[in-house]
Amino acid sequence: MTARIFAYIVHKDGVLDDTAAELLAAAKKIDPSASPTALVTGSGAELDTVCNSLCTSYAEVWKIASESLAYPNAELVRQALTKLLPAGALVLVPHNHFGIDLGPGLSIKMNAAFVSDVVGIDGVDGTALKVVRQEFGGQVSTHVRCNISSGAVINLRPGAFKPVQSAPVAGVVIDKSAEVGAVTAKRRYLTTVVAEAGDVDISKEPVLISIGRGIQEKDNIGIAEELAEAMGAVVSCSRPVVDAKWLPKSRQVGSSGQTVKPKIYLACGISGSFQHLAGLKGNPFIVAINKNPKAPIFQVAEVGIVTDMLEFLPELTNKIRAMKQVSV
Amino acid sequence: MEILVCARRVPDTSENEIQLNGAGNDIERDDLVYSINEPDNYAVEEALQIVAKSGGNVTVATVGTDEDEEILRREMAMGANHGVLLSDDAFNGSDGKGIATVLKGFVQKNRFDLVLTGVQAEDGGAQVGGMLAAMLDYPFASLVNSIEVVDGTKLKISREIEGGNREMSEIDLPCVLSIQTGINEPRYVGMRGIRQVASLEIPTYGASDLGVDAASVGEAAANVKRDDYFVPVLGKGATILEGSNEEIADKLIAMMKAKGGLQ
Ligand SMILES: Cc1cc2nc3c(=O)[nH]c(=O)nc-3n(C[C@H](O)[C@H](O)[C@H](O)COP(=O)(O)OP(=O)(O)OC[C@H]3O[C@@H](n4cnc5c(N)ncnc54)[C@H](O)[C@@H]3O)c2cc1C
Repeated sequence: MTARIFAYIVHKDGVLDDTAAELLAAAKKIDPSASPTALVTGSGAELDTVCNSLCTSYAEVWKIASESLAYPNAELVRQALTKLLPAGALVLVPHNHFGIDLGPGLSIKMNAAFVSDVVGIDGVDGTALKVVRQEFGGQVSTHVRCNISSGAVINLRPGAFKPVQSAPVAGVVIDKSAEVGAVTAKRRYLTTVVAEAGDVDISKEPVLISIGRGIQEKDNIGIAEELAEAMGAVVSCSRPVVDAKWLPKSRQVGSSGQTVKPKIYLACGISGSFQHLAGLKGNPFIVAINKNPKAPIFQVAEVGIVTDMLEFLPELTNKIRAMKQVSV
Repeated sequence: MEILVCARRVPDTSENEIQLNGAGNDIERDDLVYSINEPDNYAVEEALQIVAKSGGNVTVATVGTDEDEEILRREMAMGANHGVLLSDDAFNGSDGKGIATVLKGFVQKNRFDLVLTGVQAEDGGAQVGGMLAAMLDYPFASLVNSIEVVDGTKLKISREIEGGNREMSEIDLPCVLSIQTGINEPRYVGMRGIRQVASLEIPTYGASDLGVDAASVGEAAANVKRDDYFVPVLGKGATILEGSNEEIADKLIAMMKAKGGLQ
């Protein structure tokens, strides 16, 4: 393995994203002796803070400072990286909203291969990097070979690579800003509009009845609401329910919705995509109710019920109501 | 505005229980229900709404085989003006870059102001749009969840970022955008609409029609190749509650009480 490995560091307000350590762990899986180089774009004092904090884990940190890179616009970052990266480089990028924007185009400009949403790395075999991906909503996985002989951009799923503890290194920051020079793009960042708060804050609720596409129709939402009312819980949901405008965005759990940390999470008709699970923190007691025994949600749930939720939830509601009546 | 939407026919994962075939080199495809990739359908709806306001035409293209014509017809029944099939034996086994190379050929034979794709397909690639843009030197934005036409030279768009926040940008035309689900409410397509377009001719273009070098696409050119499919064994998995719905409900209530979720 001679290819040089780079890791694109995502950061915000001077703080490193969790993926900074995950990419390092992934680089070691490609080559245990690898000493990857951190790529950091941004501006001002925040950028310096980030670069300095990387020096204990990355031996070399390339700092790319420019006013125009103050906000991470992937169109500009791509240009900057294309100017800097040596031929044959392996570039690791987190597969989040930024990496999805950056990775594919960067691979074309580098004339390198691209693999997205990698969840595992099995090492290198000749000119092939062997990785693991998932398809069909996580129902099946695949072993994939990526030809890295002219370099590659590898987008890694956030959370899939556990950071490894290793002895601190005495890294150096190398200022590459002058080599990059000015960058301009035909896409200009204007502003960020923060999501509206909803009627209830699902991030603070201890018990969530969460419904997915399995609810099937808007008219069925009442089934979940009745159960929630009987239990003193709140209804949350997966993305398709919000896409269909059956519930407001503020009820969505996941990477593009809310992060919740309930004690109990009833996932009803939710397949368990990684974007959904990314919003589920604090190790809740997960109950999966799904008619497909192969649904990935059963791999992460504590308890599973293979049944039609539209029949089961009303049954559960009735039982709970009856129970409460007895105890009053 | 002349708009191209790149779309794909995929097995519907929410309707199908995916099984591996005996050899482990593919999934069992015989009984699968196929439909248009969900984000692609939102992309077509968005294109239709833009031309309804600003004029122009919507073309839907797919790289595939005769079987994929059905999604082109479906989107034409929705209102797309043209459907085109990009098909050639040389395209078989293409990776994302190969598909983008074919689409680039088609874009360069035409004049489009705007090219839309869905955010990703069932393989979670999320790659063809970004690659196509870079090949064409057009600006690109992924995860787009609103589009406003400013004038004939630029759009105002928002991208979906973490927590449902929206990153607003201005982007010059021509450009490539990948469309996120939920951007609009795709119109319903009835059987009657499908019947009306059933006999329309769908033009098919191959590598030579598109000026695509056959050596730059297909399996031989692919840098990314699947070895096999497998079902991962992750953790211990859930304890499955057995019995009638009534019995299961009793067990579940007892468990939730024990966890303090029910008083
Ligand atoms: C950039 C990006 C960000 C995203 N962010 C999010 C996010 O924040 N949150 C999120 O949730 N998703 C998000 N997604 C979408 C995500 O990839 C999945 O598509 C989505 O989570 C699937 O939702 P689902 O599980 O409800 O639907 P599906 O995957 O369609 O699953 C439906 C499930 O319901 C079951 N079912 C159907 N009918 C019944 C029934 N009658 N009884 C019992 N079970 C039934 C099926 O077996 C299936 O398992 C994002 C995607 C992208 C690309």
